[in-house]
Amino acid sequence: MQTVAIKGGKDGLLVSLNETEEWQGVMADLAARIDQQNSFFVGARITLDVGARPVRKDELGSAKALLERRGLTLYAVLSESNTTIDAASALDLRANLITPPQSNGAPAAPPEEDGTFGVMIRRTVRSGRTVRSDGHVVIFGDVNAGAEIIAGGDIVVWGRLRGNVHAGAHGDESAFVCALDMTPTQLRIAGYISISPTDKRHKPKPEIALIRDSRIVVETWR
Amino acid sequence: MGGKVITVTSGKGGVGKTTTTANLGVALARIGQKVVLIDADIGLRNLDIVMGLENRIVFDLVDIVEGRCKPRQAMIRHKLFPELYIIPAAQTRDKSSVSPADMIQLTDILREDFDIIMIDSPAGIERGFRNAVAPADEVLIVTNPEVSAVRDADRVIGLLETENKASGALIINRLNPEMVRRGEMLSPEDVTDLLAIRLIGIVPEDDTVVPSSNSGVPVTMNENSRAGLAYRNIARRIMGEKVPFMQLTEPTGFFQRIARMFRGRNG
Repeated sequence: MQTVAIKGGKDGLLVSLNETEEWQGVMADLAARIDQQNSFFVGARITLDVGARPVRKDELGSAKALLERRGLTLYAVLSESNTTIDAASALDLRANLITPPQSNGAPAAPPEEDGTFGVMIRRTVRSGRTVRSDGHVVIFGDVNAGAEIIAGGDIVVWGRLRGNVHAGAHGDESAFVCALDMTPTQLRIAGYISISPTDKRHKPKPEIALIRDSRIVVETWR
Repeated sequence: MGGKVITVTSGKGGVGKTTTTANLGVALARIGQKVVLIDADIGLRNLDIVMGLENRIVFDLVDIVEGRCKPRQAMIRHKLFPELYIIPAAQTRDKSSVSPADMIQLTDILREDFDIIMIDSPAGIERGFRNAVAPADEVLIVTNPEVSAVRDADRVIGLLETENKASGALIINRLNPEMVRRGEMLSPEDVTDLLAIRLIGIVPEDDTVVPSSNSGVPVTMNENSRAGLAYRNIARRIMGEKVPFMQLTEPTGFFQRIARMFRGRNG
């Protein structure tokens, strides 16, 4: 049975791993695949898609080492599991939470009507942590200074926003950022950058930041 | 089972990890606990100096890990408290001489004979930090009421969360109540608001701490020191006692009483 699938992409190679077979076995298959076609792979940047499998930090670390021994760089990890995402962040890898594909073959609903995709983080994002998603990001908790949220879509912080955020990271100028207390270190939407005003004594209130007339404006959220 | 492993860490350097470890060790020994302190800051060992035991070192942590001695042989007994020991760090080696697994193995041995095993972590979030927190049942995070120290504490708490360590307790060290009152220093509320973890102690800034550390007599032994009292209170909280926090931020009252007390004593 094929446990490793490799595809070329614009960001290097996408390696998809079987999510149910034993991890050690999958790793051995991966090593064998690379060794067979070494000249094809050498120097490549690898994005690892582990599907729903929760991968621990040590497991991910050994996968990274396995790739590096063969001259490959582990660049990013895609997973549906928060455990994996945490492990990847702990190893300073880029990590994207992906939404599991809809099962039972139902036709994909037209976008917007049933909402658009995003990730929800149900805790405070602390200094040094990064949350990345191609969709929207919702944080139920605070985003502390030193933390970083990067979203292709919108960013909603149900808490205090003190860190760096980038909404519409792929260039979507209609993206917005909102928070219950909006005091980011730096706020970006698409190609625009702004910083919070320096007056410290402000009363927290829900605000929304968006682009209007080619600049970022922040207004009361209602 | 047996003893409990408590690691003292901070992220940022110079916030008072070693002072805290030494003082809590003494304070816990004073209330009858069998305590061993481990200095995990290999290459920059300090705990022995603060405890006044530098000249008694024969073996160290790396000697134990590399099998040159038994844990017992490296333990230095405190001069006043027969149930208080320290295991010094090696000074001539570095953090990579010890692994997280080594630390777990060593503390598992020590758990049989001690109530509390307290580990003094090095600054930073690299190997030394990972060694120090690997065996911890409980982590005490020391911070100062300043933005950079709090930022680093936040980072450390985040790392502990991903390692699935039981979330730590916070010690705010070197708080100057007068500066807080004037709005020049973060207040304990500012700090706990940001870090959102359990506060286990506030240690006021105290001129007696540095001379005590220099002379190898932790300030907890000084009955008149406010910092010493704060450490003794933390030790009791570690033992599960409910001890009210000292009144620090009251503009009048406590400090003036203290000031009066000192004036009275000095004539």
